Amino acid sequence: MRLIKNGQFIEDEWTTVADEEALPEGSIIVTLERWNKEKDALVARKGKLGIRLKSGEDPSQIADQLAHFDLVALEFPVYRNGRAFSYANLLRERYEYKGEVRAVGNVLRDQFYFMVRVGFDALEVGDEITLEIFQESIGSFTHNYQPSADQKPSVLSLRQRLAANAAAGQKRG
Amino acid sequence: MYRYDEFDQRLVNERVAQFRGQVARRLSGELSEDAFKPLRLMNGVYLQLHAYMLRIAIPYGTLSSRQMHKLADISRKYDKGYGHFTTRQNLQLNWPALKDIPDLLEELASVEMHCIQTSGNCIRNTTSDHQAGAALGEVEDPRIICEVIRQWSTFHPEFSFLPRKFKIAVSATEQDRAAIRVHDIGIQIVTNSAGEIGYEVWVGGGLGRTPIVGKKISDFIAREDLLAYLESILRVYNMFGRRDNLYKARIKILVHEIGAEEMRKQVEAEFKEVKARGALQLPDEEVARIQAYFLPPDFETLSDEVPEIDALIAKDKDFADWMKSNISAHKHPGYSIVNISLKPTGLTPGDCSADQMDKIADIAEKYAFSEIRAAHEQNICLAHVRRKDLYEVYKALKAAKLATANIGLITDQIACPGLDYCNLANARSIPIAQEISERFKNIELQQKIGRLHINMSGCINACGHHHVGHIGILGVDKKGVEHYQVTLGGAADQTAAVGDIVGPAFTEGEIVNAIDTIVNTYLDIRQNDEIFIDTYRRVGAQPFKEKLYASH
Repeated sequence: MRLIKNGQFIEDEWTTVADEEALPEGSIIVTLERWNKEKDALVARKGKLGIRLKSGEDPSQIADQLAHFDLVALEFPVYRNGRAFSYANLLRERYEYKGEVRAVGNVLRDQFYFMVRVGFDALEVGDEITLEIFQESIGSFTHNYQPSADQKPSVLSLRQRLAANAAAGQKRG
Repeated sequence: MYRYDEFDQRLVNERVAQFRGQVARRLSGELSEDAFKPLRLMNGVYLQLHAYMLRIAIPYGTLSSRQMHKLADISRKYDKGYGHFTTRQNLQLNWPALKDIPDLLEELASVEMHCIQTSGNCIRNTTSDHQAGAALGEVEDPRIICEVIRQWSTFHPEFSFLPRKFKIAVSATEQDRAAIRVHDIGIQIVTNSAGEIGYEVWVGGGLGRTPIVGKKISDFIAREDLLAYLESILRVYNMFGRRDNLYKARIKILVHEIGAEEMRKQVEAEFKEVKARGALQLPDEEVARIQAYFLPPDFETLSDEVPEIDALIAKDKDFADWMKSNISAHKHPGYSIVNISLKPTGLTPGDCSADQMDKIADIAEKYAFSEIRAAHEQNICLAHVRRKDLYEVYKALKAAKLATANIGLITDQIACPGLDYCNLANARSIPIAQEISERFKNIELQQKIGRLHINMSGCINACGHHHVGHIGILGVDKKGVEHYQVTLGGAADQTAAVGDIVGPAFTEGEIVNAIDTIVNTYLDIRQNDEIFIDTYRRVGAQPFKEKLYASH
C-alpha cells in the first residue's frame, strides 16, 4: 500500500495502532472503540491523533469531537460498500472538517474520481497504481452535475454563469 | 424533447472514452472478468447465458425518430437485427460483441443517448408515464422533473455505490401508468391549495423476492426542494441500508425494518440540513430551461368528431378492434394517443425488429411530431396523432406487423427474457407467454374478457413484475423441472397490490390450462362489465382455488 495525498505520492507519517497495542510516539490512528475508551490519555498525549471509522460507524458519532483529530480514516471493507462516500461528504460539508480524510481498504481505480469529489484528500492505493492512472481516473469527467465537497462548480451553476454572461453581453451590445 | 447542451454532450462523450479504456484493459487481459464486472455493470453490460447483453437507456421512455433510426442501425450492425424493450423503458441488445461496444456507445452518443447507469448499484434510469404531455388530467409534463433527476443522478459522487440498485418513477396523473408505488422512490406530481406544483413522495416499494408496496412519506415537497429531498432519502439509504445480504439490501427492507414513520423522521432530519445548505435548491430558470424542451407541439385546432374515421370503424372490423383497445384519449381536441403493441400472437413480448424500429420512426416523423415513447408494459406509444390520420397510421403499422389490437387485454403480457437468455432464470417465460397468446388470440374472446394484465417472471427476481399482474406467473425450479406458480389480484397502478399465491405450482403442461380455468371462472362469476381485478377483489381467491385444484 502506498499513499496519495492531494495528487502526489507521499511518505505516510501515520501509524495505525491496533486496539491492544501500546501507543507509540508520533502520529497515530486509533479506532473509534479505543478513542471512546481512552479519550483522556489520547488527548493528553503528544503527537498528532487520527481516528479510523469502520463501515457502520458514521461520523455523527464524533461530530462534536472532530477538533481532536488531524485525520479521519474511512474504511472501505469492499469496493461495493459505498457508505464512506456519504461519511466523507458529511465530514466536509456538514461538519466542515478541514483535516485529512483518508480512504483505506478495498477500492477500485475507477472510484478515485468519486472519492476526490466527496472530499477525500488522501487515498491508500495498491502498488499497481501510478500517478498517471490516478490522474486519468480523477479527470474522467470535465464537468459534474452535482455540487459536492470538492467545490467544483456544477453544470447548473455553469449554465447560470453562461446565461448571465449572455444577458450582460446583450445589454452592452 | 430535451436536447443536450455542450455540458450534457461532453459528459456522455467522456463516458464513451472511459469505457473504451476499460474494455481495452479487459480485452488485453489486464482486467480479469471478475475485475471487469463492476465496471461493465456501471454501463449496462451484463454477461448472460450465451453472450454479453447491453442495456440502452431511454430516459423516461422518450425518444425521437432520429434516435429510433439509430437504434435500428445499431441492432443491425452490432446485433441480430432486433432489440428488446424492457419494463424500465430501456432497450436491450442480446448479442453485441464486447469489442464492438465502445463503437456502439459512440454511435449512441452521436444521437444523445447512452447506457449510463442502466445497471449496477446506483440510481437507474428514471421512468415515467408513456403518455406524458398528452394524458388527460396531467398536472404538468412529468418529463421536466425526470430530466432534472436524470442529471442530478448521473455519476452522483456519493450515490454510485449504493447497497443495491435504485429506481425512481414519476407520475403526473391520478391514473398511475408508471407504477410509482412499486419503485424505490415514487413521485406523484400534485398541486397544493395555493396552486403550486410539488411532489408527493412514496418510498420503499419494490418487487423481487420481497414484494412491497411503497409508503407515502411526504404529501408535498416544493419543486425547488425536490433534489434536496431525494438527496436526503438517498443519504439515509446509503448510510443505513443493509449491506450484509444481497437480498435485504433494497431500500424497501430498510423501510420495512425501521417502519415508514421512522424513515420519514430520518429523511426529514436530513432534509432540514440539506435544505439549509441551499446547494441543491432548484432554480426556476433551470426548470424553465428544461420546460422549454417539453412545450406542447404545435397542435392544430381540430374537433374530436371525425366522421370519416367513424365511417371506417363501421366498415373495417380490424380497424375497429384496433381503435377499441390501442387508442387513448388525448388532452388536445382532435388528437389521440396511439399505443403500438409489441405483443403479436406467438412472438416474444417486447421484441422489435430493426425494420420495425425504422417503420415506427418513419410513422412518428410523418404523423406524430417525430416523437416516440417506450411504455413500461413493453409497448411503444405515439403520443400525439391527429384523429383524422388514425386510419393511415393504422395501415402503416399493419404493414409492419405492428397493429396487434390487444393493448390492456389478456395477450398484452409482460414477460422477462427467462431461461432462454438469462442466467438467473429458473424457468422459461417466453414460450409460456407465446402459448398463452396463442390460446387467447381470438379477438372477440379477448374483448369479452376485457382488461386483464398477465405478468410473468422466470425467477424470483421478478423482472416480469409477476407480483403486480392481475394474474402473475412465476417460474420456479422443482427438482430440476420447470414449474409455474400463479398469483392473483396484483396491480401496479394507483391501487397497487401484491398478488396472492393461489396454490401449488403447475407444470409446463398444466399452466396454460390453469390460466384458462382462471379466466373461465371469472367469466362465470363476474357481475355486469366487471373487469377481472374487480371480480377478484370482490370474491377473493376461493372460487379460483376450487376450480384450479378441484381434481387434487
